[in-house]
Amino acid sequence: MVATIAFYVFALSAIAAGLMVVASKNPVHSVLFLITAFISAAGLFVLMGAEYLAMLLVVVYVGAVAVLFLFVVMMLDVDFVEMKQGFLQYLPIGGALAALVVIELILVVSVWAFPSDAELARAHPSPTAAQTVSDPNGPTNIEALGLILYTDYVHFFQIAGMVLLVAMIGAIILTFRTREGIKKQDPAAQVARKREEGVELKDIPSGQGLT
Amino acid sequence: MTLVDMLSYAYPELVLAIGSMALLITGVFMGENSAQKISLASIAVLAIAVAFVVFRPAVGGATIFADAFRIDGFSEFVKTVLYITAGFAIMMSHRYFQGDDNWRFEYPILILLSVFGMSLMVSANDLIALYMGIETQSLALYVLASINRDSRRSTEAGLKYFVLGALSSCLMLYGASLIYGFTGSVSFTEIAKIAETSGGENVGLIIGLVFLISGLAFKVSAAPFHMWTPDVYEGAPTPVTAFFAAAPKFAAMALFIRVLMTAFPTALADWQMVIALIAVASMMVGAFSAIAQTNIKRLMAYSSIGHVGYALMGLAAGTAPGVSSILIYMTIYIVMTIGAFACILMMRRRGGLTEDISDLSGLTKTNMPLALVLTILLFSLAGIPPMAGFFGKWYVFVAAVDAGLVWLAILGVLASAVSAYYYLRIVWFMWFDEPAPAFERDVGPALQMTAGVSAIMVFPILVIFIGVLYQAADRAAAALF
Repeated sequence: MVATIAFYVFALSAIAAGLMVVASKNPVHSVLFLITAFISAAGLFVLMGAEYLAMLLVVVYVGAVAVLFLFVVMMLDVDFVEMKQGFLQYLPIGGALAALVVIELILVVSVWAFPSDAELARAHPSPTAAQTVSDPNGPTNIEALGLILYTDYVHFFQIAGMVLLVAMIGAIILTFRTREGIKKQDPAAQVARKREEGVELKDIPSGQGLT
Repeated sequence: MTLVDMLSYAYPELVLAIGSMALLITGVFMGENSAQKISLASIAVLAIAVAFVVFRPAVGGATIFADAFRIDGFSEFVKTVLYITAGFAIMMSHRYFQGDDNWRFEYPILILLSVFGMSLMVSANDLIALYMGIETQSLALYVLASINRDSRRSTEAGLKYFVLGALSSCLMLYGASLIYGFTGSVSFTEIAKIAETSGGENVGLIIGLVFLISGLAFKVSAAPFHMWTPDVYEGAPTPVTAFFAAAPKFAAMALFIRVLMTAFPTALADWQMVIALIAVASMMVGAFSAIAQTNIKRLMAYSSIGHVGYALMGLAAGTAPGVSSILIYMTIYIVMTIGAFACILMMRRRGGLTEDISDLSGLTKTNMPLALVLTILLFSLAGIPPMAGFFGKWYVFVAAVDAGLVWLAILGVLASAVSAYYYLRIVWFMWFDEPAPAFERDVGPALQMTAGVSAIMVFPILVIFIGVLYQAADRAAAALF
C-alpha cells in the first residue's frame, strides 16, 4: 500500500518535473526541475529494489551532472528568449507530429503483452524488489552488478571505457591551445636556483641611502 | 572457451584499440611535429589489423562475449574493406593538412578509433553492442568533422553532425527499448526466436523496429533522414569528407543488414516496404537535388545519398543474393568515392583548395591525366557500362527483381538515368568548356597514387575480376543465412 502510494508520488513528480524542464522559461529553473526529475527517478529505482542505481543516480547525476549544467547555463551568455523565437512558428507542425506519435504509442501500449517465452530468453533475470527483501542471503545489488559487469558484460564495460577515451581526446583537441606569453611555474628551475643568483649584497655607506 | 581463445577472435579490434592508445602516448611524447610519423604508424596498425582479419578467419563463425560479438564471413569481408579504406583516407590527408596548424597527430588516431567503433558495429550481435559501437564511431567522427577548429564552416559541420547524430541515437535507443520490452532480450538471436513465434501481431515490436530503422537510416544518410549530409560534407575538411562518404556508410550499412537479417528475418513482410520506400526516396533525392549543385563536395554528398538508396534496394530484397549485391555495391562505391575525393583534393590553386564545379572547366587542356582519371570515375559513378559502377547496380537490380520488387528496380533505373545527367555534365565541362586557370601540379604522390589506383580498379581490374568479388561477397552473405 505504502509502496503503491510512493510509486504514484514519484512517478507523478517525475513526469511533472520533466514537463516543467521543457516548459519553464528560465533555464536555471529548467535545471532545477531536472534535478527533481532525477531524484524522483531515484525513488522509483529504490521501489524496484535497485538501491545501488538509485544512489548512483543521486550522486552522479544530481551531484555532478546537474551542477555542471547549472554552471554551463549560468556561464554561457545565451539569449534564451531569442532562441525561442521560432517556437510558435513550428508549434502546429510539431504538435501534430507529437500527437501522432502519442496516438501510435497508445496503440502500442494497449496491445502490450509480454511474450510468453520472453521470460526464458532473459539470460539474467533481475530479482524483483520483493525477492531481494525476502531473501537476505541473496546477492546484494552491488554484488549482482559486479558479477555480470566484469563477466558477461565485460565487452560493454570495455567499450564504455573506449567511448570515454574518445570523448576525452575530442575535448582536448577541440579546446586545448598552447598560449604564448603566459607565465608558467618551472619547479626544476626553482629548485636549482642558488642563493648567489637571488641575493645581492651591497655595502651601503651610512647616511646616504639607496640610489 | 578460455579467455585467450575468446580474445583471439577479437584480435583486429584489440590491435586497433591498443595501437591507437600506444600511438597516442607516442604522439604526446614526440610533440607537435609528429603528425607525419604517427600517420604512417596508424597505416601500419591498420595493415596489421587487415592481416589478422585475412589470415586468421574464424571458420564457421563464432560468437563471443556472452553473445554480443559475432565473427563470421560477413564481418570479415566488411572489416577488410573498412580497414583498407581508412588507410587510404589517412594517406590522402597528408597533403591537405601539410603546413597547417591543424595537422595534429590526433587526427590519424581519431580515424583509428572511429574504425575501431565501426569494427564493433559490424560485429554487433545485440542491441547494447549495436548502440555502443555506433557511439564510439560517431563520437570520433564528430570531432573529425570539426577538427579544423578555427574555421567557422568546419565547427558548424561538427556541431550539426553532433546534434542530429544525438537525435538519431535517441530514436535508435527508443526503438531498442521497445524491442527489449516486447521480446525480453537484447540479443539478436533471441529476438529472432521471439519475433518468429509472436509474428506480425506484435505491434510494439514492429514500432520499435521502425524507430531502429529510422536511427540507422540516419547513420547511412538515407532520405528522408539525409538533411545533415550536404552541410556536414561541405563544411568538414575535404579528407575528412572523403572518409565520411566511404567508411562509416559501409559500417552502418553492414549493421543495418545484420540487424534486419539476423534479428528480424521473419518480420520481412513488415519491414520490406519501409526499406523499399527509404530506398526510393534516397534515389530520388540523390538524383534530383544534385542537379542544382555548384559545389562539388555538396554534389558528392547528394550522390552518396543516391548510392545508399541503390544499396538499400538489395536490403529490401531480403535475400542472400540481395545482401551479397549490397556488399559488391558498397565496395565498388567506396573505391569510386575515394578516387573521386582524391581528385577533388588535387583541385588546388595558389591559396588553397577550390570546390566549385566550374573550376573543372576545360581540365583536359590544362591537366590531362587528372581529367582522364576523373572522367573514368564519374562514368563509373553514373553506372555506365563497362565501368565497375554498372556491375554494382546490375547485381542490386537483379536481386530486387528476383525478390519480386520489379517496380523498385524500374524506379532505380529511372533515378540512375537522371543522376547520369549531372555526372556527365561535369565530364562535359572538363572536355568541351573553355579552360579555367590550371591547378597546381605539385600535389604529392599519395593523392596521385590513390586516384590512379581507384581509376584502374574501377576500369578494368574490378570488371575483369568481378567474379572474384562476387564469390567473396556471396560467401560473406551466406554467413548470415
